[in-house]
Amino acid sequence: MTTLLTAGLSLKPEYYDAALASTAAGSWFEVHPENYMVAGGPRLAWLQAIRSKHALSLHGVALSLAADAAPDATHLHRLAELARRIEPALISEHLAWSTWRGAYHPDLLPFPRTTAALTRIVDNVARTQEVLQRRIAVENPSHYLHLDGHEWSEIDFLGEIAHRTGCGLLLDVNNVYVSACNRDFSAEDYIDAFPADPVMEIHLAGHAPDPNLGRQLLVDSHDAPVAAEVWALYERLVRRIGARPTLIERDDHLPAFEILDAERARAAEILRAPLAKAA
Amino acid sequence: MSRLATRTPAADTLTPGALAEFQAGFAQALVSNAKPALPAIAALTTQPAFAVYRNTVMKACIDTLQANYPAVNRLVGDEWFRAAAAVYARENLPKQPMLLQYGAGYADFLAGFDPAAELPYLPDVARLDRCWIEAHISPDEAPLDGATVATLASGNFFRTRLKLHAAARWHWFDQAPVYTIWSRNRTDEPIDTEIEWQAEGALLTRPRDVVQWVAMDQAGCAFLDACAAGATLAGAAEAALDIDGNADLAALMSALLDAGAFSGMSLHNKNHKEE
Repeated sequence: MTTLLTAGLSLKPEYYDAALASTAAGSWFEVHPENYMVAGGPRLAWLQAIRSKHALSLHGVALSLAADAAPDATHLHRLAELARRIEPALISEHLAWSTWRGAYHPDLLPFPRTTAALTRIVDNVARTQEVLQRRIAVENPSHYLHLDGHEWSEIDFLGEIAHRTGCGLLLDVNNVYVSACNRDFSAEDYIDAFPADPVMEIHLAGHAPDPNLGRQLLVDSHDAPVAAEVWALYERLVRRIGARPTLIERDDHLPAFEILDAERARAAEILRAPLAKAA
Repeated sequence: MSRLATRTPAADTLTPGALAEFQAGFAQALVSNAKPALPAIAALTTQPAFAVYRNTVMKACIDTLQANYPAVNRLVGDEWFRAAAAVYARENLPKQPMLLQYGAGYADFLAGFDPAAELPYLPDVARLDRCWIEAHISPDEAPLDGATVATLASGNFFRTRLKLHAAARWHWFDQAPVYTIWSRNRTDEPIDTEIEWQAEGALLTRPRDVVQWVAMDQAGCAFLDACAAGATLAGAAEAALDIDGNADLAALMSALLDAGAFSGMSLHNKNHKEE
């Protein structure tokens, strides 16, 4: 039996006890698998304890799908091993690269969306799904740079990857808002044009103005509450595509669990609206 | 087909390897302020937004080192630590994405880092921080308890080999009281008493969930070294007594078993030649 996932939260070690005690219906938690790729010890035990109560999602940051190289086989197998242990409801990754020739750059790095890049990424996603024996979701990243040489719009590029590999998409609404501000396009148009069917998960998070450049450059900092503009985009999206598992992402300046859980409840409330309409 | 028809007007198609070239140039520019050779990358680095990527990569590396080396951080303070970590990170990006394991070479780096010369024990404190991480993430194993060892027939005792627990890490430091300095700086407790300046050793274990530590004398460390090298209890005892003829082996065994230093034992086959 599969549980219907509603709204969930990023799981940080500071929240282990509260997460374990949480009883919200349909609630789930998301972690970066790289933090749990260990042979043993309390981390894995905590994760397994939480898994015994809640659905989990593995949100990878290191497969480097957009690198001009196959995903690191050892890393991919570590991910498969963790997935075998905790049986996550969702596995996702980013349309970005981070590893290059033996060095891991802890960030989600951009690239020109060319047809050559598309071919490579399609191979990498297919390879990942083959090893994991399941469908993954690929997330739209935040953009900061004006990059030349794109042959594809991001929406068409993601749609084509989903079409060719059968993968799902993870639509990060905050990333859309941040990118739209930084790169001067309409976030509403992007949200309205995003292919609905492949969306397996939605992310909501906070952002911050760049400490040096101010509002002219927004940074996807995950260190603040979800902004009003992002909530509005989210409601707009859910009205069009219906309910999808939605995550409140928070990685820094962690508030009390109750404060984050209130954001989760707000997302869950928005998800109930189209369900109520359909009923 | 309709999907392909929605492509934005074609720019020059990238030549094979262009993505790789872009990535190599971008990766280099993340950690170097030199002007990139590739004009496309050089142009990107002139955008203020390029700093977001540089800062994110460096901040993640520095934050990780700060989390992985807490006793070093407490000894030198945040500002010094982050400046030193930036020097290390620039030259030593993570080789893999499990950041809990990042910084394997940090102790050796500190040993050769001129500004750290005033604190000659700092690299060894870093070694114990590293031991803590290794113990924290090692495979789960049930520790061998004293009652099981007590079942050995007395004639078999010295022919027994003890298997070290996967989490057990030990070090002897002959220049400074590294164990005392390290253990006092793993907590937030105020440090108000004098430290006796003497050589010291440490044993870290994780018999269950939590990493634990005890002081270990040089004979104890030699005993553990011998066990790790496959010696029988007779061989390990000899190694300890070579260091200290008055070593109390019964007390040592009891301390090691209490700490959870072993996970199993096996009887050495008489037919095999003793090393």
